[in-house]
Formats: sequence, C-alpha cells, structure tokens
Amino acid sequence: MATTVSMTVNGKTVSGSVEPRTLLVQFLRETLGLTGTHVGCDTSQCGACVVHVDGNSVKSCTMLAVQAEGAQVTTIEGLAKGDELHPMQAAFREHHGLQCGFCTPGMVMSAVDLAHKVKNPSEDQIRHWLEGNLCRCTGYHNIVKAIKAGATAMQGGK
Amino acid sequence: MSDGGIGASVRRKEDARFLTGRGTYTDDINRPGQLYAYILRSPHAHAEIGSVDTSKAKKAPGVVAVFTGTDIAADNVGGLPCGWGVKSKDGSPMIEPPHPVLAQGRVRHVGDPVAAVIAETREQAKDAAEQIAVAYKTLPAVIEATDAIKSGKPQIWDAAKGNVCFDWHIGDPAAVDAAFKKAAHVTKIDIVNNRLVPNAMEPRSAIGEYDRGTGEHTLYTTSQNPHVIRLLMGAFVLHLPEHKLRVVAPDVGGGFGSKIYHYAEEALVTWASAKVGKPIKWTADRSESFISDAQGRDHVTHAELALDKDGKFLGLRVSTVANLGAYLSTFAPAIPTYLYATLLAGTYTTPVIYCEVKAVFTNTVPVDAYRGAGRPEATYVVERIVEMAAHEMKIDPTELRRRNFIPKDAYPYQTPVALQYDSGDYFSTLDMATKAADYAGFAKRREDSAKHGKLRGIGIATYIEACGIAPSAVAGALGARAGLYECAEVRVHPTGSVTVFTGTHSHGQGHETTFAQVIADKLGVPVENVDVVHGDTSKIPFGMGTYGSRSIAVGGSALIKAIDKIVTKGKKIAAHLLEASEADIEFKDGKFTVVGTDKSKAFGEIAFAAYVPHNYPIETVEPGLDETAFYDPKNFTFPSGAHIAEVEVDKETGTVQLMKFTAADDFGRIINPLVVEGQVHGGLVQGIGQALYENAVYDGSSGQLVTGSYMDYCMPRADNLPNFSVGTHTTLCTHNPLGVKGCGEAGAIGAPAAVMNAVVNALAPLGIKDLAMPATPERVWRALQGQKAAH
Amino acid sequence: MYNFNYHRPSSVADAAKTVQGAAEGKLVAGGMTLIPTLKQRLAKPSDLVDLGKIAELKGIKKDGNSIVIGAMTKHADVASSDVVKSAIPALAALAGGIGDPAVRNRGTIGGSIANNDPAADYPSAVVGLGATVVTNKRKIAGDDFFKGIFETALEPGEIVTAVQFPIPEKAAYSKFPNPASRYAIVGVFVAKTGSGVRVAVTGAGASVFRQKEMEAALGKSFAPDAVANIKVSPSGLNADIHASAEYRAHLVTVMAKRAVAAAK
Repeated sequence: MATTVSMTVNGKTVSGSVEPRTLLVQFLRETLGLTGTHVGCDTSQCGACVVHVDGNSVKSCTMLAVQAEGAQVTTIEGLAKGDELHPMQAAFREHHGLQCGFCTPGMVMSAVDLAHKVKNPSEDQIRHWLEGNLCRCTGYHNIVKAIKAGATAMQGGK
Repeated sequence: MSDGGIGASVRRKEDARFLTGRGTYTDDINRPGQLYAYILRSPHAHAEIGSVDTSKAKKAPGVVAVFTGTDIAADNVGGLPCGWGVKSKDGSPMIEPPHPVLAQGRVRHVGDPVAAVIAETREQAKDAAEQIAVAYKTLPAVIEATDAIKSGKPQIWDAAKGNVCFDWHIGDPAAVDAAFKKAAHVTKIDIVNNRLVPNAMEPRSAIGEYDRGTGEHTLYTTSQNPHVIRLLMGAFVLHLPEHKLRVVAPDVGGGFGSKIYHYAEEALVTWASAKVGKPIKWTADRSESFISDAQGRDHVTHAELALDKDGKFLGLRVSTVANLGAYLSTFAPAIPTYLYATLLAGTYTTPVIYCEVKAVFTNTVPVDAYRGAGRPEATYVVERIVEMAAHEMKIDPTELRRRNFIPKDAYPYQTPVALQYDSGDYFSTLDMATKAADYAGFAKRREDSAKHGKLRGIGIATYIEACGIAPSAVAGALGARAGLYECAEVRVHPTGSVTVFTGTHSHGQGHETTFAQVIADKLGVPVENVDVVHGDTSKIPFGMGTYGSRSIAVGGSALIKAIDKIVTKGKKIAAHLLEASEADIEFKDGKFTVVGTDKSKAFGEIAFAAYVPHNYPIETVEPGLDETAFYDPKNFTFPSGAHIAEVEVDKETGTVQLMKFTAADDFGRIINPLVVEGQVHGGLVQGIGQALYENAVYDGSSGQLVTGSYMDYCMPRADNLPNFSVGTHTTLCTHNPLGVKGCGEAGAIGAPAAVMNAVVNALAPLGIKDLAMPATPERVWRALQGQKAAH
Repeated sequence: MYNFNYHRPSSVADAAKTVQGAAEGKLVAGGMTLIPTLKQRLAKPSDLVDLGKIAELKGIKKDGNSIVIGAMTKHADVASSDVVKSAIPALAALAGGIGDPAVRNRGTIGGSIANNDPAADYPSAVVGLGATVVTNKRKIAGDDFFKGIFETALEPGEIVTAVQFPIPEKAAYSKFPNPASRYAIVGVFVAKTGSGVRVAVTGAGASVFRQKEMEAALGKSFAPDAVANIKVSPSGLNADIHASAEYRAHLVTVMAKRAVAAAK
C-alpha cells in the first residue's frame, strides 16, 4: 500500500515511500530524520509537532504525509541561517523561554507564525495564540516575554 | 569570580541545540535493525487473566515475537523493586506485593501491562496486538483509598488486609492530646489533595540493545537517574551485572518525578532485545502515559489545630489516608510519610505534632513522587488550616502567621517531627511578598472588582521544604534502600578546558550551564570552556540522579569537593614550578600565586604541566588533573518562602481567574538567577494547575481514567495565567559548601494553598469557609448556589 | 491508525463517485476530528477521499444579502476575512475562537458541520443565522441539517459545497469552553434579523438547538435583561465531569445574556 510522496522541506525537494496512514510528523522524523519536530500527545492539543505548511502553522501529527504532497514545509531545523539563530530562536534563548526543550520547536514555529500575522502582538494576543501549545516547564511567563521580543526583532527592531 | 560565575544570569549553553531541533531525546535515537514494541495493556481495573492466546498475533505481518507474563516468569525475570521500606505503628514491615513486568494471572489497574508485541514497525506491532485474545474474568474494583479500607471491599492483594500497605505514625499523641485540652480555640478541616498526572511533555520511551560480541546490554531511557535504573533493573529484575549494563538517559523532556522510577517497559525492552537479538524501541502514546506513568498526590486528610487565645499554635493533629495505587512504585512509601508528615511544622513553632498515615492499595495507577512529593500535601494542610484559623479567630492571616513563625534567632531549630532546620527568615520573605503584592491595597482592588460583578480574593501561603534528602545513614534508618550522596568528576584537559561528569541529571533544569558556572567561579575557566556531561552510566562514575531539588545542594557540593581536590593538587604542582612552599600558594581568579609576590602560574599552565610532566614533582604528585568526589549531605536543606495569590471569581459562571501571583523565596545562594526564576515559574504553574484545573478522575465503578487525555485532563495554558512577580531573600544553608538550598519544587509547594486561600477568601463574604481543589467553575458555582458539588 | 486507500480528487463529482464506490468510504476535509479518530483506531474506513484539492469548494463571497462560504474554507480564513468581518463580525469571531491557530489553519466549515460534534461552534452559527447548507445535490435549511449527535441530513455521497449565511442586523456568539479541550460546554449564538431573533445553543445538548422562549423574549426586547431570568430545563442536556446538565442549563442563560449584550 506504499505510495510515494514529494514535498519541499526546509527548501529542499524530498520524496519518500509512505503508507497512506503515515502522518506528516512520522515522515519528517522517521523518513527524513528531522527529529526536531516532536510528538507530545495523541489528541492534537500539545503542539510539540507544529510545523509550517505553505506558510501556516499546522500540527504535523494531525495531517497525513500524503496530504502534504507538493507542499512547502518548514520545520524547526529550517529556521536558523547556518549557525545564526532566527530572531525568534535567539529571543527564546535570551529570555529563558525553554527548559527541557521538548515543546520548544512547536512553540517557536507557532510564535513565528504569529509574528508573521500580527505585528507587535500584545501579551494577551500571544497568550491566546498559544492555546494549542502546552509547556510543562516554564509556566509560559518567559515564553510570552520571548515571543514579544522575538516578534519585534523579526521586524528588524532590536 | 570570572564572568559567568556564581550569581550571573548566564544564557543557557544547552539552548542552541534545543532551539534548532538538534536535541537528542530517546525517541530521536534509532539503532541499526531496530524493532518496535507495543504493550498490550489491561482494559479492566481488576480482573483475572484466564488465558492469553498470542497465536494469531505471532503470525501477523512484521511480527518478530510476542511475549506474555508466562515468558517473563519462565525466564526468571524479577519484579520491579521498591526502594523504600516503611514500618507500621506496631513495628511490622509494610506489605510489599510483587510488581511483575508483565501481569501474572491478574491485572490490577487499567493500563497494567499484559503482553508485548515486537514488530518491524510501530503500526504493525499495534495491528498485531489487536489479534491477541485475552480471557479476562473481571473482578469488582475499588478506586478511592477511603473506600478501599472499609470492610467488604474488593481485596487487591491477599497479604494486604483491608488493602492497607502500612499504618504509620510520627510524633507524640499524648503530648498533642494534652495541648488540645489547653486550647482556647480548635480549628478543624477536611482536605482532599487531588490526584495529579505529571505530564512531562516528552512521553516515556525506552530502547533496549544487546551486543552479542561483548555481552553488553544498553538501555536508552527517559530517566531522571540512569544509575538508579541500572542498579534496580540489573540487580533485581534482569540479574545483570553492572559492568555489562549501560543505561543512557539522553536529553529528557521534563520529569517532575515521573521519570525517577524504574518502569516495566525499561526491563522489557532490555530483556526482549537480547531474546530477539535486535534493538527494540518502545515509546508511549500520550494516552498510554496517562495510564502507565506514576501519578501524584491523592491524600484524604483530617486535621485539627489547637490555638491559645492569642492565636499561638499549641498543637497539630493530622490523620491522612494516602492512595498508593495498585502497586508500590519505586519510592512510593516515602512520599506520604517521611516527605510529608515531617513537614507539618511548616514555618511555625507548633510545639507538638502527631500525624498518622494509612497507605492504601487501590485499582488505580501507582502513585509516587510528583514535583514536591509530600511537601505540597503537607503545606496544603498547614496553610489551609492556618488560614481557616485566622478567619475563625478574626486575626489577619499575615499577623497570625507572624505570631507563630520560628524566630530569626532560633536556628538551628528542632521541629517536633524529626527535622532540624539550619537557617531561614520567614518574616523577611513574607514582608517582601506582601509589599510586592500590594497586600495593603487589596481592599480597594476588591471594591473595583465588585463594581464589575466579580468577587476578588487574596490568599497567602508560607512554606518550608526539605530538599537534598539525606544524610544516607539517616535515610537508611528511615527505610531508604539506597544511598543519597552524589558524585562529580572534574576532568581538566591538558590545555585547561574542563569536562564535568555529574551523577545528577538535567531534564530542563539547566545543569550544563549552572554547573559550568560553578567551575567558572571556582577555577576561573570561562563557561564556554566547560562541558557538563550527565546521563550515561558508562561515562559518569556513579550518581543518584535528579529529584527533590537535590542537584545543586548535593551534586553541587560533590562538584565543590572535586574542585577542591583539583585546587589542592594544582597548588602542589604550582609550588614545584614556582619553587615555593605549597603552603604559600594561593589560588585566586584562575591563578596560582606565591602569596605576597607577583610570581604566579595560570590554571592552564598547571593543567599543561600535569599532563606534560617534564618539570614536575613526579615523586610525590601523580600526573594528570582529573578528580572525583562523592558528597554525602549532612542534613536536608530547607528552602522556604511566602506566596500570595489574587483571584477574581465570576459569580455567574463560577470561573476563577488568577489575577496576580507573587512569590518571595529563600533558596540560599543562587547560581543563576534567570534559571532560578524559570524554575519558580514552572513550579508555580504546576501548583496553580492543581488548585484550579488538574484532576485525575477515575470512574468509581469501572476504574477507567476518565481524564485520560488532554481532552479531559486540564493542563494549564498560557491564556489561563498572568505574569508572575518573583523575588528572593537569601539566608545561606549552613552545612553545604555553596550555601545553596534548591529551588525546583518551591512553586508547586506554595501555590496550591495560596490559590485556594484566595478562592476561599473571595467566596468568604458569602459565608463559604472551604472548597475542595481543583476550584473548577461548576464546583465554585455550586458553592455559590449553596449546593453540594456533584463531582 | 488502520491502513486505507487514499484519494485526492479534483472535483466534487469525482469525490462523490469515489466515496460511494468504496467499501467504506470516508470524506476528509481538514481532518481535525477525523485524523485523531483514526489515530485512536475508533474508525476503520477502507478509503479516504480528501477534498483538499477541490478548488470549487474554497472561498468567501458576498452574494446579495448573504455571505457564501465554500465548504473547504478554513476557520483561519473566515476569521480573517474582511468580507465576513464587516458583514457578520460574530461569524468571524466564532471562527477565530475554534480550537487553536494550528487547528484553524486546517479545519474547515464544511468538515465541522458535516461532522456535527455536539460541542462544535459552527452549528450554532448555521442555525442561529438561519443559514442554508448547499450540497452537491440540494439546498438544506440550517434548521433541518443537524439531526442528532454526529448526525446530519446528509445522504450517502452527498457533499457539502458551501454555506450561505444571511446577513443579520446584529449577532454575537458567546462560548463557555471546556477548560481542557476548549470545545464548547455551552455556546450560544444570538442573531437579530429582519425576520426575528434566533437563539441557537451548541454544546449543551446532543446537537445544536434553538431556544424558542429566549427568541420570543428577545423579539419583544432585544436586551440582556430579556433573557436573564429565563430558566432553561436541564432535562435532556449533556452531562460530564466538567459540567452537569443543571450547570449547562444555567450556562445557557448566562451565555445568551452575554451574547445579547455583545451583539453588533
């Protein structure tokens, strides 16, 4: 029942053999070895698996790999330019917006999507945007701070 | 102090890999030829297993093997051991039932492992598991501990009459009775400390691998303490000698206690990988975690506080029924006893205390330490009853607390429940918290809220915790079956960079940074030239891991001891090179100097000389610069603090909104303020979660975990919470070299009581005196309706 | 997840043919409910027919006095649509409150109403605004579309293609979310239209329903006070660990009152 799927991941065209039931996150982690995208739940709530598909944040555990045929996918591995952290990644580091690091890739990908859609998001907007991203370590305080700073930095502000 | 030393908010070294998706968590590891395990679990809370037919599953596509309890027993695989023994009041040992890796004839909770399918893919293993036919004969189940001890209830273990594991006590009951006779006022309270599911965001995972060439077994696992797993699994379960068993706990995505314990799946993949000759990976689905990770809390308590006419505490009497679940998890017996009742003095001079604890088996997932472990339960009892007493006696709650605080000059302070506090200053943290929270301005804020139809409340909790559990001999006398020391190795490389090997484990705490800061501070080596290695029994001499806020208090002390050895040896080498007496060498700011001269050698030069010993005191000093130290703590450390919560209650819906939270904590010396703040924030939200959102609810008759996913188990989210105000006031620990106390659990300990005190304070004008956690909307609404909560 | 055959047709006609021709065919729109269901092995379709590449099912337009939203339009697109925001702000707000941002980037209006989860938000807007559900076979009045728990008027092979929402004078949606799942424990959609007031309740019962007593009261006086004292009977309402039937009944009144106050 295997079928071939092709898509662009982090700027590179990739393809692989998958079953129709293979989730996008399984394709990323197991076929492509991009293990930065994590799985933290099975009810589509924790957001550890968030990636961008055609520029929008989606939960890669709730999308089939075959549904991403032809799509542009960006994962956490595709954010930084070489050794230079993306401004949102840098802001998470600066403001201690991560502890165990497991929810972090999903948090950062979600945050980047927010910053693309809302210029200078307020604390309230950030907190609501994170409705689909669970963190058990940080209490969110520093994540919210980091996203505010990261969103500003993404606009070229410092 | 070098840049980035003790006290600096150094940005974390580990972040770069986590932020770029390059962390290595267990499920990220794939071994050549790896197979996958799926565990078939009991759908019943209590049942006898008639037969397990695996014939169809064994023939399913991709299946390599199927194992059941019979296979485990045939191979003499042992049960999961318990690491702490507790004795009952009458001196008899606790009932210690077997804890098989796969069920032996009976299942005792939903999720109890019954069989394991090993297949080429995860999905194939799952597909095949559906082909296993298990003949269950269901038995009646019992869920609540207070129910399980009643007569005529289902018996979970034949040896545990009335389902009681042990009936333990501490304190002097006669002295407490006498104190109550003198009391001008007695406050009584009934408390349910709700069961919680730890929910580290990384689900548990384990990979077993066997090397036929060397005979070595390797287990990669999501553990907080790989050496403990090696000891327990090697010695008690699989009978493997330590030199042939390597346990690796790589990057671990949070633990909060739930990854301390030795779990069946670890033994299963290690054992099965040798059986089938290939590596085997198992990773839990989140719904599997809900029914297989040890859970936390679950106490039912009655407490009474005796006060004199001025509000001075005369005595405290506490009776608790603690739910242990179906089996004894690794450290379960210690939690509702030595980590709970010994904390009932709190921050107060209560002269006499008596506590009895009945620990009970039920048909639920085992209960063990979860962030705070016993101390949040104790703090909740003390701080709710103190708050209630203040209300009843019409004394301001801050004033009542101050009247009873242990005086600043009373340390060391011996409590009536075994502990001796070395230092603290509860007055200052309470002052700090009330100022930061604008306690004085609350009345005005309450009026403002009322104008919007909201009920506003403020609540205080002070707490004491006991961290860095130890000394080993004392813990051993109390039933611990392991040592509680820690180990550190400092390996100075020839060019002066340093690798630290620590027996503690970082799964979010930031040790790779904070331990490097200690090195930077003490040896003058920049943080970027220090690597901290943890989590691999083949690299680290030994270690007890990370739990109970012990890492800096115990592991940091071991590190200091190893550093001291490095400096001592360095002085000998420097004395030789500088042609001075060893006694005249001083080590400061990364330089060995002859006192009173400008003659000195840099740390790196000494390291180089140690490894290239051409001009060297070779007769008396060995080459090399690599020192290991073990540290056994002299006492617990006693972090403390004051937390203040402020809430608004929507009268129409019963919804509680946390408006403000202020924490003032005393953690002793702080290595990295940024990291410490992060630890406080995280702990607070787990405590706030317990108070407002989280509750593990089992169906009373079927024993199914109703809150078995994030659809029903309410995790705190960003939009539930305000920003926090946190601050610290420092008194140093007097018995460890860094003066550190630990900070990991504080938030989870103080917050539940502070939040619930605030909720009750908000509802008090309507005559409500008490409310059970969590303060869910319906529960609050029903209280407002004057009705009994349905749930 | 059990295995299945996967199809991605490019027209509604092909989709209908494929799903009907399969042993146990299932349509997938955004998949926000179906994929988790499949992951838990609670459904075992032989064939999955993905509507994601059918261009004719997407888009939002103003058509006379209604807003027409293609079935495969995502919640995020409805929430951010200037057309919807200016004509029916309550509908944009409702869409912007479904699930979370990542869910809104995949979930669709057609998928939501065809699934008819008793706690879903959209059904309340369809009924509350007196919308019409357009399928590949016919037009179905919103009032006749939702039949019961996870049950609709759709026949085998019938595919929702769009929903037509008449533009009201004013409307609002007020939701009391389940604290854990964030689905509606009770959601009340209130609309004042030229032909009267509609009050549609989701989350509280087996399926969305109209609260006629409140509609009558609001018909006389469109003000929060008009509904504040209307007691809803808990009989037949949903009950779970988060909210008893009695509490849900109470919340219907509170949410209705808040929706009326917020209507614009």
